[in-house]
Amino acid sequence: MDLSVSIGRLNLKNPVMTASGTFGYGEEYTDFMDPSVLGGIIVKGISLKPMEGNPPPRICETPCGMLNAIGLQNVGLKNFLKEKLPYLRKFETKIIVNILGKSIQEYVKIAKALDGAGVDGIELNVSCPNVKKGGITFGTDQRSLSQLINSVRQAVPSATIITKLSPNVSSIPDFAKTAEDAGSDAISLINTIPALAIDPETWKPRLANVTGGLSGPAIKPIALRMVWEAAQAVQIPVIGVGGILNSSDAVEFLLAGASAVQVGTGNFVNPRATSEIVEGLSAYLQRKNIHSVSAIIGKLKTP
Amino acid sequence: MHKLFTARVIENRPVNHKNYLLTAQPLAATAAPLPGQFYMIETARSLDPLLKRPFSYFRRTPDTLQFLYALKGKGTALMSTLATGQEIRVIGPLGTGYPPPPKGTAPLLVAGGLGIASLFSFAETLSKKLCLLYGARCRSDFLMLDEVDKLGCEVVTCTDDFSFGKGGKVTDVVSDFLSSSPKKRYTLYACGPLPMLAAVSDTARRHKIRGFVSLEENMACGFGACLGCAVRTVRGYKRVCKEGPVFPIEEIVW
Repeated sequence: MDLSVSIGRLNLKNPVMTASGTFGYGEEYTDFMDPSVLGGIIVKGISLKPMEGNPPPRICETPCGMLNAIGLQNVGLKNFLKEKLPYLRKFETKIIVNILGKSIQEYVKIAKALDGAGVDGIELNVSCPNVKKGGITFGTDQRSLSQLINSVRQAVPSATIITKLSPNVSSIPDFAKTAEDAGSDAISLINTIPALAIDPETWKPRLANVTGGLSGPAIKPIALRMVWEAAQAVQIPVIGVGGILNSSDAVEFLLAGASAVQVGTGNFVNPRATSEIVEGLSAYLQRKNIHSVSAIIGKLKTP
Repeated sequence: MHKLFTARVIENRPVNHKNYLLTAQPLAATAAPLPGQFYMIETARSLDPLLKRPFSYFRRTPDTLQFLYALKGKGTALMSTLATGQEIRVIGPLGTGYPPPPKGTAPLLVAGGLGIASLFSFAETLSKKLCLLYGARCRSDFLMLDEVDKLGCEVVTCTDDFSFGKGGKVTDVVSDFLSSSPKKRYTLYACGPLPMLAAVSDTARRHKIRGFVSLEENMACGFGACLGCAVRTVRGYKRVCKEGPVFPIEEIVW
């Protein structure tokens, strides 16, 4: 059974990765599974300086999903390189680091340092406000997005760059195309959907940050639609994210055109989810008598 | 030892008007929990609720784990319908437990309502020299009083509405208790609603005694990955599920 897929210059042994911000720096999952069975680990978003995150409550559950406003809490680039990366390197899987910044310069600095440290790839979190451009988020403005990807591409010409697209746009194909044209090796989608939960008794929002990002099975149909649209718009690989809990969910994303998938909230529900999905994919292909996972990518039968 | 395991429901019964006691038998070898640690329990095999819920364990028997829980929302309502023989997925034991009292100090346990759930197993491990102050809003809110009596230690009960034991809030009872025995050195352990913990911590500070509180916060995973259960401490945000739920009183920024 051949589960391997290619993302840019990267060869993944299988299409199952963890979504940024749901797998910590790998340490928390070793009680439950062996991270080496994964195609890749997308490490929690790293910024230039450490970030302490938002005040609590930071999460709440909603029907078939959850809202989070963690506030990008992370140890910062320096600590990541010194304390976290050596540990992650022990696993036989691709280490892709999600990065975020308030300016293009910050993204470039982080990308260069990580590339120099030999990480396997970089995923751009473009849902942060561009401080220099008056707070507009990179991910919702095609020109800013293009400039950002271009600059990172030039700074790390040989690195695998994945751009994580925001669902908060009117046309996903336009943004997918922008990422491709600017030199991104792949796109991952979708990031969480901005949302609000309210306590009717106290009249207060359920999160201290008021709004948060919706994730989990509740967003899966939206993610599938966007992955399907994006996959038709670009030649570069698409990585599907959004509400994947099991191997059937993963198969749906592959059929919609994703070359790989990321599991996020599913890790919280079942810390063994990713490793069970790898096994489940293999069993699925065997049952269908298909020898390679790449044979089902984008094979959705539309009328 | 399995940290993610399946358990079979042995018994699931109401213990008063809003609380239940779940007894479940792990079907795999699991680590022995420390008093104060907790488990993430699947309340129903469904997408809604999606996440497991955190519960301190009340008591461990050779074969089973017992959990006291309150009917709070959709998850615990479904949990109360779990029938004998049903299998549930559980993660644990998780977090930190109550550290033993330093030499030369006597343990003073302060439970507010359901807070007894996490302190009971700790009380069982301590010698009978401990003192337990147990407060509730009204008489019918007390849990497992028979079991608490069997501990054989000094127990002071109180109710906010004066319907049972001493009248008044448990926080005032703690204050009176410490004032009436100024010579004795105590280590305080408290579990209960957040306002109670804040008040008790303040009392401990005023009486210059050290102690620990067990906190609660929304959490998605329970094992340190989601960073959802942050609590503000003097050294920045910490995770209730990992660095806690038991924290030294002086660390928490109330």
